[in-house]
This record gives sequence, C-alpha cells and structure tokens, in this order.
Amino acid sequence: MRFSERWLREWVDPPVDTDGLCEQLTGAGLEVDGVAPAHPGFEGVVVGTVLRSETHPTSGHLRVCAVEDGVGTVAVVCGAPNVRPGVKAPLARVGARLPGMAVGAREIQGVVSDGMLCSAAELDLGDDGDGILELPDAFAPGEELGGALGLADRCIELDLTPNRGDCLSLRGVAREVGVLNDVAVRAPDCPAVAPTIDDVFPVEIAAGEGCPRYLSRVIRGVDTGRPTPVWLRERLRRSGLRSIDPVVDVTNYVLLELGQPMHAFDLDRLENRVVVRWARPGESLAMLDGREVALEPDTLLITDDRGPVGMAGVMGGANSAVGPDTRNIFMECAYFSPEAIHGTARRYGLQTDASQRYERGVDYTLQEAAMERAIALLIEVAGGEAGPVAVTESRPHLPARRTVRLRRRRLDLLVGEVVPDGEVDRIFERLEFAPRREAGEDGPEWRITAPPHRFDIAIEEDLVEEVCRIHGYNRIGRDDPAAALPLRKIPRDIVPPARLADALVAAGYREAITYSFVEPGLVELLAPGAEPVRIANPMSVDQSVMRTSLLPGLVGALRTNLARQQNRVRLFELGQCFPEASGAAPEASMVLRVGGIACGPRFPESWATATDGIDFHDVKGDVERLLDVGGLAYRIARSADRALHPGQSAAVFLHDREGDREAGRFGRLHPEVESALDLGVPVFAFEFDADALGVGRARTHRPVPRFPRVRRDLAIVVDRAVSAAEVESAVRSVLGDILSSFTLFDVYQGKSIDSNEKSLGLGLTLQHPSRTLADDDITRHVDMTLRRLKADFGARLR
Amino acid sequence: MDRRGPGRHAPQDSGPGGHAPKVDDIRTRALAEVAAAGDARTLDEIRVRFLGRRGDLTGLLKSVGKLPADERPAAGADINAAKRAVELAIDRRGAELSQEQLARALEEEALDVTLPGRRQDVGSLHPVTQTLRRIEEIFVGAGYEVVTGPEIEDDYHNFEALNLPANHPARAMWDTFYLEDGHVLRTHTSPVQVRVMERMGPPIRIICPGRVYRRDSDLTHTPMFHQVEGLVVDEGIGFTDLKGAVVGFVQRFYDRETEVRFRPSYFPFTEPSAEVDAQCVHCGGAGCRVCGYTGWLEVMGCGMVHPNVLSMSGIDPERYTGFAFGFGADRLAMLYYGVDDLRLLFENDQRFLQQFA
Repeated sequence: MRFSERWLREWVDPPVDTDGLCEQLTGAGLEVDGVAPAHPGFEGVVVGTVLRSETHPTSGHLRVCAVEDGVGTVAVVCGAPNVRPGVKAPLARVGARLPGMAVGAREIQGVVSDGMLCSAAELDLGDDGDGILELPDAFAPGEELGGALGLADRCIELDLTPNRGDCLSLRGVAREVGVLNDVAVRAPDCPAVAPTIDDVFPVEIAAGEGCPRYLSRVIRGVDTGRPTPVWLRERLRRSGLRSIDPVVDVTNYVLLELGQPMHAFDLDRLENRVVVRWARPGESLAMLDGREVALEPDTLLITDDRGPVGMAGVMGGANSAVGPDTRNIFMECAYFSPEAIHGTARRYGLQTDASQRYERGVDYTLQEAAMERAIALLIEVAGGEAGPVAVTESRPHLPARRTVRLRRRRLDLLVGEVVPDGEVDRIFERLEFAPRREAGEDGPEWRITAPPHRFDIAIEEDLVEEVCRIHGYNRIGRDDPAAALPLRKIPRDIVPPARLADALVAAGYREAITYSFVEPGLVELLAPGAEPVRIANPMSVDQSVMRTSLLPGLVGALRTNLARQQNRVRLFELGQCFPEASGAAPEASMVLRVGGIACGPRFPESWATATDGIDFHDVKGDVERLLDVGGLAYRIARSADRALHPGQSAAVFLHDREGDREAGRFGRLHPEVESALDLGVPVFAFEFDADALGVGRARTHRPVPRFPRVRRDLAIVVDRAVSAAEVESAVRSVLGDILSSFTLFDVYQGKSIDSNEKSLGLGLTLQHPSRTLADDDITRHVDMTLRRLKADFGARLR
Repeated sequence: MDRRGPGRHAPQDSGPGGHAPKVDDIRTRALAEVAAAGDARTLDEIRVRFLGRRGDLTGLLKSVGKLPADERPAAGADINAAKRAVELAIDRRGAELSQEQLARALEEEALDVTLPGRRQDVGSLHPVTQTLRRIEEIFVGAGYEVVTGPEIEDDYHNFEALNLPANHPARAMWDTFYLEDGHVLRTHTSPVQVRVMERMGPPIRIICPGRVYRRDSDLTHTPMFHQVEGLVVDEGIGFTDLKGAVVGFVQRFYDRETEVRFRPSYFPFTEPSAEVDAQCVHCGGAGCRVCGYTGWLEVMGCGMVHPNVLSMSGIDPERYTGFAFGFGADRLAMLYYGVDDLRLLFENDQRFLQQFA
C-alpha cells in the first residue's frame, strides 16, 4: 500500500512530522517500507496559458503558440494535438531542467521556440506523452508547477501483513493514525447522487455464499474521451497507479481512498441481466489483460445471458470492457466473501488490487458510500446521468458482527504485566470496538463487537494483541521465563553427529553446505539406480530432485574450487539425504549422512613435504579416523558401487548390536565418472550413514600390560590376491591374547619376487598379560604363525 | 723428601741461585705453549712434557734434593707453584677449547627458524554451523533442548497444524516447493514444534535448528537457508517472558547490550505476533549500507503461540500458554562474521571456508 502523505493529512493531521508518522505506523504493525519524494525533480516549469495558437509556417502538424507565463508572453512551438487557445499547461522555460533533459531556446524548422509545453510523460508525472498535460483553469499563469500541484509531498509505502486488509486504503490508514494519536479523522463528504434517470439493469445472485451483496447502477451518456483531471491523476500516481481512462481512474481512486474495489462494464455489451454464480464445467473467459482463462468450477463469476463477463473480485472480461466508444456504464460495487476469492487470483496468476482487498476482507457496509463517491466523481469527470442504486443481497450470507470477550485474568497472563482497565477501555473505544465491561464467570471481562472493517478479530488473543499494539510493544517489560529444569539425559552409546564433523575438520577437511536439491543427471552418475524425490515446481532443472547422496553437491563444490584454481581440495558435508521417492511418512524418508571429497596433493605445498597426489589409502586413513569416533569394530570389503573405481573402492560394514551392517563406501570415483564430470584429476570420495557412525562403543578400561614385550618381524611372500586383512586375521587367530599389536610395516611388489606375488613385512609385538614370555615360547608361537600362513596362503619366508 | 738434608749433595747441574731462573723459564715456556694450543691433543702433549713423569717440571722437582738443605724448601715451593700454574692453565685452556668446539658444533646444526613448520593442515567448520553451535550453546545453557526434524514435510505439519488450513491466504507468505508425491519441503522449522508438542506435553523448552526451503532466489534470498525455531510452553508464560528470551538471546549472541525493538506483525501461528529489530551491529544504529540506513536490522519473528496451534497438538490453551520465535541463522552468521554477500555461504569456495578455521 502506497499513498501520499498530503492526502492522508487531509483525512487526519496529527502533530507529528513525516519521520514521526512513519515511526508510529511501523510501531503499530503497519511497517513503513520506504518514503520517497512525490516531486519528480524538474525545475523551471511554470503554469502557462496558451493565448493564441497558429499553424507553423512550414510544418503542418506543428503549431506556434503565444503562451502567457506570468511575466509576459513567449512563443513556443508545440506539436501536441490538444494544444489550443485557452488551455493551461506546464511551460518549461528556457533554462528549465526536466528529467533527462535541459530546455534551451531552440529553432524548430525556422521558428524559435522559447521553452516548451510539456506532457505528463516529459515531466515524469505519468505515462501520457500524446498531448500536453492540461491543467485546471484555476491555476495562475506563472505559478511554479511544483507548488500548484502540491509536489512538496512524500509517497509512503507500507508493507502490510495479510491480516490488515483494513489498511489497504487511505481511510484505513487514517483510522489507524487517528487511533494512535487519539485525534479525529475527517472523511470527505460523499453526498448521495440523486438519480436523474430511472434505468436499472437486472441483477441476480445465484451464489450468495460468495456474493452476499451486489450494488449496481446504470450511468448513461458518459464521455470516456475526456481527460482525467490532474489532481486525480496525481493522487493515483503518488499511490503507484497509472492513469488509464476516466472510468478506470475513478474506480481506482475509490479503491485507494475507501478500500472498495469496483468494476465498470459497458452496459451496451451486457446481455439481458447480470447473474453472479459459480463457473460451470468447460467455461472460459478472455480477460481484460488479453489472457484466455479456462475456468475451474469453484471460480466465482459475473455472467450475463451469453456467459461469463468477469471473474468476480479479480478482473473483468474483455467482452464487456469499457472502451473509447463506451457511452453507457453498468457500475458494480459488491461485497464478495474472502473465502470465495481466496486463492482464485493466485491460481490463475491474476493478482490485482481488487483481489488483494477482497481476499483479506472488504468492509461489507461500505458499498453505498463507495457507490455514491464513485458516481459523483465519474459524473464530475466524464459527465453522464445516473440511475438509482440497485441493491441485490443474500442477507443470510452477510457476515455477522462478531462479539469477542477478553478476560482481565487472561489479558494479564498473556501480557505478563498489567495494562490498567482505563487504558484498555480507551484503546477499544478508539478502535471502534464498542467495549462493555462485564462481570464474567471467570472474573471481570470486556465484551467487544468487531467493526465491519476488521476481519482479524475473532478470539481473545486477537484482543490481547490489539491492547499490546496500541499500548506499545516496547512499553512492555521483560522477564526471564522461569521453568523447572530437570537434568538432561545423555545416552552413553550415542556420539553426536557434531563429533563426526570435528573429526573431519581435524583431518583437514572444510565443511561445505550445498543445496539439498540437485541435478538429476548428477544423481544418476554418482548414485546410480536411485529414484530421487522430484520437486513439482523447481527453480530450475539443475535443482529439480532431492539429493539421495551428498556426492552430487560435493562434486559441484569441488568443481567450483577446481574452476577457481584450487587444486588441493578437501571438503565434507553433514546433512539430510532423501534416498527414495517412497511417499512414506516424512520422518521415515530421510537419513543423515556424512560425506567427503578430496583431490590433489597429499600435503599443502611446502619446502618440507613431497608433492605426491593423494591415493586410496590417504582417504582410507581419513575414513578410519571417522570410524574411530564411534569406535565400533568394522570390516572393509571391495565395493560394487558403480560410481566408484572397481579396484580402488570399498564398502564398510560396522558390527553393531544388530550384526554386520553396511555403513558406507569410499574410494576413487570411477574414471568414467571423472571424465564425464570433466574433473581432470583423480578424485576420492566417501559417504556414510551418520547415525550408524554415531553409535558408540562403550569405552571400558583394560589393564595396561606390565610384562616385557618382544617384537618379531616376518617378511613373507604371498600371492598378490591375498589381502592384508586376511593375513592379519589369520595371525590374530593363531596368536590370540599374546599379540599386543600387529603392524603391516611393508608391502613390496617388484624386482626379486615373482610378478604374481608380493612381499609383506609383518611386525608382531608379543606380550603375555600375566608373565614374561620365554624364548622358546616366542619361537613356538612364531613357528605356529608361519605354519598357519603357509597352510592358508602358501606363504613362505622371504 | 728433604731427609738427606741440604749440603750433603751439592747440585750437579746448577749452582746455588741457578734454580729460580730455570723454573721461571720453564713456566713461561709452558704457559706460552698452553695458550697457543689449538686442540685437546696438543694440550695433552704439553701436559706430558711439563708435568708428566719425565716432564720438565717433574724433573726439576726431582733435582731439588741436590740442593743445600736450606734452599730446598724455597726451591720446592717455587717448582710446585709453577706446576699448579701450568696445570690450571691447561685445565682452563681445555675448557675453553671444548666450549669452542661445542659452539662450532651448534653453529653447524643451526636451522632457519623462519621456515614454516611441518604440519598437516586443519580444516574448518562452515560459518553457519559455527553460528548454529553458538546459538545452541546459548539456549542449552538456559535449559532448552535441541530437537531436529525432517526437511521433507507433510502439509499437515508444515501448514495445517500451524493454523494454516488449505487456501488460507497467509499461505502465500511462503513460496513453497512442492514434491511430486504431495509432500512439501518445509518452509520453516515450525513443524518440528508441532512434532514435539504431539510427542510430549508441557513444560516444553526447545530450539529446532535446520534447513528450510523457499522458492525464492535473488541477492538476499537463497532457496535453501537455515532457521532456528524456539518454543516454550508452560503454565504462566506471557509476552514479558517472550521479550526476555528474545532480547536476552540477541544480546548474548552478539555479546553486547544491543538495543532491541518489537513491532506488531502477523503470523498465523502466533497471536500476538511481533517482528524483532536489533540495533544494527555494523554501525551501532547510526545507519549504514548493511541496515539500509535505518539503524535497525530485522532479526526474527515471534509471538505467543496461537491457541489453535496448542489445541491441535493436544495441549489445553486455557491451562498452558507459550511463546515461539524463529530466525534465519545464515543472516546472523553474515552479521556475526561480516560476510556481505549471501551467495558466498553456499558456493563453498575453500578460500572462503578456511577463513573460519
């Protein structure tokens, strides 16, 4: 809602300046979004009177005018069609500055023009550039145009919340300002326009629940070619509306002033009668803005005997629109119920000033006054003869005034402190709530009746808000809310996900936050086979499915960094993923995941470190750190993930109470994936179910061994296919408790051993929990180990 | 040593008065050589030559017996003094030499201490995560519990249970992402409140941090952002409690006595409702680009929980009242860390992320 401050002050003029007024409005919940000067910024423009107008000696469509400028007479060349002797118009004197141009004496086809007569468009006072802006006769020649038009004014823009439809008019804002300052509001006088003709056009309401009241009036002999007076145009302009034609300008003016939307039909284009009814299957309507709309059955329509002529409360149809040839008008001024208009405009993409007001609720007692105001203005502007006002009503459907109670006790509880009775009385009186104090069952209370312009007063809490609002939110004190504080439960075996993030930070990863919606192609590439949840109205195809995995987002972030010359990347993310489009309950459809991505050199570049790129085992080390957070035992096996390199990827199985459960995967991206993504470097990734990793092993103490330990190193040769894990597990099963640690200190393939074989260096640390191991004990155990390795893997000592 | 007595054997190689010059001579020579010695080995040779069993001074001492008895004590004392002087000089020189050697060795081991240390780099938490952790810490300290919920929601929890029935015009306040299966991406974290109220009765004191989604993207909006919702439901909760909690939080978060103002506003799930402005943390209220020259920053929406919301979740609004608040954590993070472009938060440029390590 945008309005002119001067216009408001005609209604209500509190002793506060513009800043103070804006502060009051914002403080009362009508947020001031901006204040802009009404003056477009021209200089040196005065009121001019055209005295004579003669045809230009060489150009047929130009005229040479003698213009009185208050000081004398100047000659001005003008091409406007409406320039004529006697007309008053803005005169930009030589030296004037207009938006975007400076005015000088200029020779136009042989005649010198000492200034120029201006159109509204040239002054930034409107769109109209077809002719000069005609000014009222009352304006004195030579008067500064800015002063004559009252341009020392400001346009105030309000950002209104949806509950305050009552403030979508000057009348509503004025009422609010009156309440806040406790000063009187002066509504303009709208005397009834006595009918001068008897014409009425029949109206029927066939959808009373949607249209409880419908006022109509016939006006004959209107001249829609006349210009809208400049004062009215200016008020529209300062409220952000364009001037269209006198009929539309008048209905828009009433909409702004009183908050009542109206619509004018061309009477001669209506067939027989007007019926307000719901749409029928298959109906359609060509709208005023040129769009053809297929109507849905719950759309409220204005129709005649041929079919729809307008979408009620939203927009008129093209078939009944007022045009330049219109002479006779059927004026509509109705109350449509908010429920009937809700969603209609949005569904058809036709948000209008009318629908905005009807959706929020228009005062259902306002129609008579609005009709009189509009007709008086219309006749003043465009002439014509008005018939009597016809009122068609479906009385049972008119809203009832609501009575709401506010208990003193409840007010005190919800506010937290006491607002005195007298102040509450005054607040309600000023708001036109007609308060009565009563002794209720629950102690003293107020009973109020909501005025017809307030659609947001239904329950006790609404009244509490009104009291707080007018009393002032900022005058209310502050307390620390008291509460019983039972001690928190902290499960022993759950590791909060934040600890996983901390572990990755310690391992050098930076946390990324990527969008939860991703490109379907990336999902297919990085999480093949998933059926992602699709968004019905995505911002773009790139963001059209919900991630089933963190990898698409992380790959996106990786590419951003690579494109910005960051060649060593370590990123991780912790967030919800949505694995299946199952239609399941929301809580079952999500899983918390932690994932990471890495590429580039192992170490940041430095004098002290090598520049090798990372490999599978670097990432595995990071994964191991992550697994150590919870500390459950796990098993690592080759992974069959199609997005990963088949020989350099693995799946991790955690042993928890329920058994052996796959918790995630890691490894190098499949080279085909790398090249499809145009990554250009080997990229390693990992992704785990964060809740699975968050199950912690209960840490309990084991005695630190006190007896001496002995280390024995074995270099064995085995087939290349034998995995380290198999060897370790065989060694552990032979040595049991006395193996205090197992290290694989060397892996070698190459010269001096067969190409199908590899050499492993095993470091065995032996330590007996309760005695010192004797030499023969040790020898026996090592021999047993070697025999087992030989039996299982054909291992031999190197 | 002097038992033979003086005069019994006259000195053979020196007459009376010949001893003293000889001692002085040897001593001078020895001291000179000690001073000139460049290493421990030379010093050892010197020690042997002068003080050893056949050393010059030792030999001289042996010859004292040949002196007349009355001269012997003085001559012996002279020679012993010379021996001590030479021994002392050798020890000193030895210590000097070993100090010099150590100094040379240390000099050789000296490093360029200005070279950077050898380290594995440490990563960083996203500034929004750090902001959320700070927020959680503040509330947890006051007995709030941190609760999270699903980001894909049903219409009931995201709208209806929050007093937003189908076709309610206020639904237009949120540009909603709809999923093809009929669910929505939650437009706020308020549905978590509903889930908590359904699950447990009052007293309730929770905050619900998480991602939310709105179909809006420009310089100051991203289609995904982070919100923190707070809910307190108990007996006797009033607007003053709401103000205390909100002002307290804003001041703790920025760690200063920021001025806070409340403006009436509208949310379908609270009544009364308020919008909260904090004095601009950038300019301190003087007006700047960050606050649009108003001196104020909108920081959150809040209000007293609407009785319909309480009763829909099975809580008696006559007995219990409550307040709720909700704010965008990304915006707080930007203000807290001085980030001036929202888009930086989700680009994930490592050079940006690493600044918050």
